[in-house]
Amino acid sequence: MSKTSLIIKREYLTRVRKKSFLVMTILGPILFAAMMIVPIWMAQIEDTEEKLIAVVDSSGMFRNVIPDSENLRFEYLENEDIELLKNTFKARGFYGVLYISHIVTYAPNTVIFYSDKQPGISVNMHISNALEKEIEDRKLAAYNIENLDEIMASVKTNISIRNFKITDDGSEKESNAGVSMAVGYASGFLIYLFIFLFGAQVMRGVIEEKTSRIVEVMVSSVKPFQLMMGKIVGIALVGLTQFVLWIILTFTIVTVVQATLFPELSQSPTQQALNPTGLFEDGGQAATGENAAVAQEAISEDMVQIQNVLEAVRDINIGVMIGSFIFYFLGGYLLYGSLFAAIGGAVDNETDTQQFMFPITIPLIIGIFVMINTINSPESPLSFWFSIIPLTSPIVMMVRIPFGVPYWELALSAALLILTFIFTTWLAGKIYRVGILMYGKKVNYAELWKWIRYKN
Amino acid sequence: MEIFRAENVEKKFGDFVALDNVSISVPKGSVFGLLGPNGAGKTTLIRIINQITAPDKGALFFDGRPLKAEDVARIGYLPEERGLYKKMKVGEQALYLARLRGVSKNDALKRLKYWFEKFEIQTWWDKKVEELSKGMQQKVQFIVTILHEPPLLIFDEPFSGFDPINANILKQEILNMREKGSTVIFSTHNMGSVEELCNYITLINKSRVILEGEISQVRNTYKSDIYELSFTGDPEKLKLALNEKYTIKSLTENQGIHTAIIKVTEQVTENRLLSLIINSVHIISFQEVLPGMNDIFIKVVEETNQSVTL
Repeated sequence: MSKTSLIIKREYLTRVRKKSFLVMTILGPILFAAMMIVPIWMAQIEDTEEKLIAVVDSSGMFRNVIPDSENLRFEYLENEDIELLKNTFKARGFYGVLYISHIVTYAPNTVIFYSDKQPGISVNMHISNALEKEIEDRKLAAYNIENLDEIMASVKTNISIRNFKITDDGSEKESNAGVSMAVGYASGFLIYLFIFLFGAQVMRGVIEEKTSRIVEVMVSSVKPFQLMMGKIVGIALVGLTQFVLWIILTFTIVTVVQATLFPELSQSPTQQALNPTGLFEDGGQAATGENAAVAQEAISEDMVQIQNVLEAVRDINIGVMIGSFIFYFLGGYLLYGSLFAAIGGAVDNETDTQQFMFPITIPLIIGIFVMINTINSPESPLSFWFSIIPLTSPIVMMVRIPFGVPYWELALSAALLILTFIFTTWLAGKIYRVGILMYGKKVNYAELWKWIRYKN
Repeated sequence: MEIFRAENVEKKFGDFVALDNVSISVPKGSVFGLLGPNGAGKTTLIRIINQITAPDKGALFFDGRPLKAEDVARIGYLPEERGLYKKMKVGEQALYLARLRGVSKNDALKRLKYWFEKFEIQTWWDKKVEELSKGMQQKVQFIVTILHEPPLLIFDEPFSGFDPINANILKQEILNMREKGSTVIFSTHNMGSVEELCNYITLINKSRVILEGEISQVRNTYKSDIYELSFTGDPEKLKLALNEKYTIKSLTENQGIHTAIIKVTEQVTENRLLSLIINSVHIISFQEVLPGMNDIFIKVVEETNQSVTL
């Protein structure tokens, strides 16, 4: 086994066997999974409490019009004094009082909901939808049109825009801005995270070797450059291991939790189409009677969207995407990792790293800002230049790729990244080599410049 | 025959000259003291021998041929700034460092077993380094330094951090190593241990070699005609007996026995001095005082410092 691979092995094993690695590996996916599952769960558990709502309808038009839902029930009261009810509804077991004035057809603001609590948007929506529909139906019916139902059904139209991209060779490709955005954003952000997390680990590893004074023992056996590269590569492998574990575990957790807690969500689209009530659990009645057609339509609309998303995912050139993710992932990490190693070599302890961290942090943060801008306008000059400049290209280019990037731009950006990381590694090697054997010296940029010019 | 030779080595860091035309020759089987005040260039020279840094000019020879990269496997180095990975287990770490020096896994395990038994530290194998005391860590460090059984060993301030008992064990091991045919380069400020262990020295000051040679010769060269006389009787009589060619540098008394340090101002023999005092006091012992390495060190360094300032 060569010396460098011995070093890589040690750097890898000591980190992977650490308790903190295990904790991070387990906690990470739980957090990610929680981020995906909790909103769904919250949406589901929200308002499971059954609410009884008193309806005082002085127009007399809406008796039994508002359908009960899973946790909303409506009781229509006759001849009640609304003023009295306002004070006594709680004692009578009502969640709130819905007052519909007699002029509601031409004064839509005269529907009032009294409660001691702020009702959720879903409650308001549920009520207003039902009332709107009823008023619309009545107004339409007043025109005495024959075959109204058939006409209405045929009039109802839903537009969902499909995006087609015309490529240089003239062929058309369907695209989906939303999916491209999500995929690009996720990969750009992952790279940013990886560079920061594991770049800092490289730096801390170097500082640890310096403060524990093992470094001179080490460099009497191996070249400083081997030691530095061994550390950078070893930690890169730790990072890759962690991410692969995260991805596997996150998907496992999400799948298992979905299957056990929300079986309806893991149904295939076909099953959902066949069994529409599953999707409309909070409005079970919506799928009955005349509303069934609307629900059916909503389903097929969903289907189209799901299909679009799937097509868009297929359409993003998976090969290019994965290939460039790994490339920018490693390229960006090597570029910054070597700079982090140089900082670690130059200072005596972590508190001294501030002044050198600053110029490294700035381009990364600029990268993140440009990335957010790029999502909205992937072809802007700003996006173009920052996806070519190697200091930000790993983050920004990853966001552009799902939208489609000409190959020459990819090639230029990749070539510049390779050249730059070769340069930074060389530069870092020079600083590192001198720095690791230097103790108790306050280092500034002038000093670093001197080190770079030292001969071997 | 020398195991290591450096010829006209020069090393600059920017404008600072760390080594200026330095040549050393380390005889095989010797304990070679590399001495000098702080900042003289010792560590730079040691790092050049270990190929941690390369000289700007000059030639290096190992065992008669030019020094090459693989020679790190033939050199054991205990740096002054030394340490171990604190979070790593002792055994695992010793094995790792040995393998980096080119020892195969099996050999390393065998030798580690031998040394751990010899130092009675087998129980440390699975302990983390940070659980050991500083002295314990030094022992592990020492084992790691010599495990690849190198013909050339370099110790930079080896005794710092050792208690007297462990320092003694270490001294003994260094001498054992020499018995077995290894050569030891030994850099220290502790002149007592230099006198005890070294048979050759090179003294570096301000980037230059200012003194070198076999230690007995060096001490003879710097002897300054001082004699120590122990006697009983009247010290006044002694003073009267000595003329202006002699100065009594000090006179002390302990339980009736007087000790005088006498400096001879002119070239005179011991016999001449004895004949002058033989009738004045009762002589118990009489010997020439050879200068200690400490005195030589201070004298030579101060001389060169003055000549530089002039």
